[in-house]
Formats: sequence, C-alpha cells, structure tokens
Amino acid sequence: MDKFTLRNVELWYNDFKALKNVSMDIEAHEITAFIGPSGCGKSTLLKSLNRMNDLIEGCKITGGLMLDGEDIYGDMDINLLRKRVGMVFQKPNPFPMSIYDNIAFGPRTHGIKSKYKLDDIVEKALKDAAIWDEAKDRLKKSALSLSGGQQQRLCIARALSVSPDVLLMDEPTSALDPISTSKIEDLVSELKKEYTVVIVTHNMQQATRISDKTGFFLLGEMVEYGESEQIFSMPKDKRCEDYITGRFG
Amino acid sequence: MRTKFEEQLDQLNNMLVEMGALIETSISLATQALREQDILLAKKAIDYDQEVDQKEKDIEALCLKLLLRQHPVAKDLRLISSALKMITDMERIGDQAADIAEITIMLEKTPYIGKPEHIPQMAAATVKMVTESIDAFVKKDLGLAKSVIAHDSVVDDLFVAVKRDLMESIRSDMATGEQAMDFLMIAKYFERIGDHAENIAEWVVFSITGTHVNEG
Repeated sequence: MDKFTLRNVELWYNDFKALKNVSMDIEAHEITAFIGPSGCGKSTLLKSLNRMNDLIEGCKITGGLMLDGEDIYGDMDINLLRKRVGMVFQKPNPFPMSIYDNIAFGPRTHGIKSKYKLDDIVEKALKDAAIWDEAKDRLKKSALSLSGGQQQRLCIARALSVSPDVLLMDEPTSALDPISTSKIEDLVSELKKEYTVVIVTHNMQQATRISDKTGFFLLGEMVEYGESEQIFSMPKDKRCEDYITGRFG
Repeated sequence: MRTKFEEQLDQLNNMLVEMGALIETSISLATQALREQDILLAKKAIDYDQEVDQKEKDIEALCLKLLLRQHPVAKDLRLISSALKMITDMERIGDQAADIAEITIMLEKTPYIGKPEHIPQMAAATVKMVTESIDAFVKKDLGLAKSVIAHDSVVDDLFVAVKRDLMESIRSDMATGEQAMDFLMIAKYFERIGDHAENIAEWVVFSITGTHVNEG
C-alpha cells in the first residue's frame, strides 16, 4: 500500500527550481532512502512531505503530494499532518528540559493531561526508540546530559510520542559514532513494522544496509528509483552508477 | 574520482591475466608432455600448479582488501565478486593440468596403445576456452563470453569420441584396458577444464549484465 503518492512535483525557492517533475510512490512499512550529491533536492523533497518548506520564504510547490490519498497541500490541518509525519534531523536537538518532558511535550500539545497516560506514552516511546533501559532511571534528568547517540534516539522517541504514521529522517546518523549509528540503524529497521520511514543519507553503505527502496536525485530530478538491492548492484542509469561507485565528477 | 581504486582494479585485471597465462601454459605443457612422453615437461607443468595456487591466494587477498577498504557497489561489486569466483575455477584448471602431467609421469616408457587423436583436439579446444574466457573478462566482451559457453559442447563431444575410441581399443585387445583407463581419466580432466572455463565465462556474463546465464 502506498503511504505517499507524488505526481509531477515541482518546487521553487524564488526563481530557483529545486525539484523537477518528481513522481514516485512511497510504500507503507518500508524504509525509503533518498541519495544524491549535496544540493540535489533530496532534503527539499523530504521536507515537502510534512510541509516543513512552508517556513521558507519564496518557496512554491506544484503537483500532487498525497498522504494516504489525501492532498498534503490541500485542506489538511498542518498540525495534524506533522503529527502524522514526524521528523528527525541531522543533529540531535533535544529541548533543554528533562528526558520525560521532552517526550511528553508533543502529547501535551495535543491535549493529553493525564499523568498516567503520559507515563505510558513516555515509556512506550522510549522503548520503541530503544533507549528505555538507558533512560528509565533518569527521566527527570536533563536530556542534554545524554550522549549524542542517546540524544538522537531520544529525538526519535519524541517523534514517536505522538503516534505518527511516518518518520522522516534527514541524515540522522551523520553526527554519530559507529556504535550509535549501528543502534539507530537497527532501530530504524525495527520501526518499519509500525511506521513508514523515509531517510535522507549521504552514507551509501547505510542506504544499502537498511533501506528497501532507494531514490537517486541529481539537480532536482529523480534520476532512478527502485529496490535498493537493484540500485546498488545493477543501477540502470549511468549517472546513478557513477555516483554510487564514486566516479561522479 | 577514485584514482587509487581504479589503479587497484587495473591491478586485479592484470593479476587475472597473469593467472590466465599460467594456466594456459600449464595445460600446454601437460599436453606436450603427454604427447611426447616427456617427464621433464610433465614435472614443469606440476611446478606451474604451485604458481597458480600462489596467484589465486594473491588475487583473493586483493579482492578481500578491495571489499574491505573500498566498499564496492554496482559494476565494481560485480567485478570483484566475479573475480573471486573465477579464480576458484582457474585454480581447479591448474590442478587438473597437474593431474594430467602426473598420469604422464606414471605412463613413463610405456608405449601408447594407439594414437589418441582426439585428446590433442580436446587440449586445443580447452586452451582456447580458457584463453577466451579470460580475454572476455578483461575486455568485458559479452559476445566472446557467450561463445566460450557455447564451445563447451565441442569439448563434451570430443570426450564422447575419446571414450568411444578407448572402448573400441579395449574391445579389440583386453590388455590395453589399464592404459585405456588412464587415457579416459586424462580425457575427463580435459572435459572438466572445459567446464571450469565455461564457469569463468558465466561469471564474466554476470559481471557485465548482473544476471546469471541461466536466469536469462
């Protein structure tokens, strides 16, 4: 089943066309990776999926972007969209408050006040993000006291706390050491059972390891999109092959 | 651009060509030794097998280093994984050439039961297959690889012809039986060399197309 359906998506930052005629289907309960050189439009496309680009002045988008068949840029409530489509960024960005409050922040914003309910949500989110064992005895401690890798898993837990359908991840491990990276990768592979994951990565090995499908972007165009195993063993497009084999230049 | 990686891939190609040359020479020496009953040449063919084994180890080490350090994908991954598979077949070809040479040594000074006319033809056909399969790899020549695969039936037919000749020989004179068995073994070794050359060609097809021959 398709979670996202994109048809002829074009995006401008003022006069600059950052996305050119992108059409693709993103399958539910799969990990889809976007790869490509810097400035190719992959992060722009990722941010279009929960309208983070709305915050950028001069940004204009055309074409169809549907979430479960509903037009993302139509009448959809933007707060509900971002509840359904959570996001994790390159650098861990915990709020300067306790671990517990970081996770409870979203549910409280959406009106949940009951302490018991919040306790359950915090525990489930931290467990789902594989950080419960490390955090359960220090829930009242500042989130900033956690290591970089733990902070990133906390941010994933925070995104999960509002029960989204989709998790968007923009280079989520580029600032982490190999052990933390491996924990996040294992976690992402687990999360796809319950969520749909779309990840932007510069790490080819990471895309090969964890993603089901991969889209290669170049100069705002989606050049090739397919099963990751096919893309990384037998890409169809020469530009894609040149990029992933490191001969792009 | 990955200059160092490109250099290492060139080095891999060169080493495969060298290994190919070693096994070609090894088969030729074993064949000549068999034809001329020349023990020195037969021993030389056996010595070549050690060089073939060493070359296999060197190529394997280079492939593992490339996998570890360069994380190859796409055509590079196909090339390196094919090379790893090919050298196993090439090493077996070296073994079989040495096995032929060992039988030649065993047959020292024993007059041959007749002129084994199809065996030199098998030798020539298998050397051609080995040479062309390596050429196809280096030149990434899909057509040549496919023609090597097709050529295996020529070697198989020659094996049947040798077997028929030998059966005829035994039928007419039971005393030739023991030597006929040795010649049958030699013919079987050549037939296996043809099979290994066919395997090499199939890996060449995979490295170029990403699909195995049987998958179409």
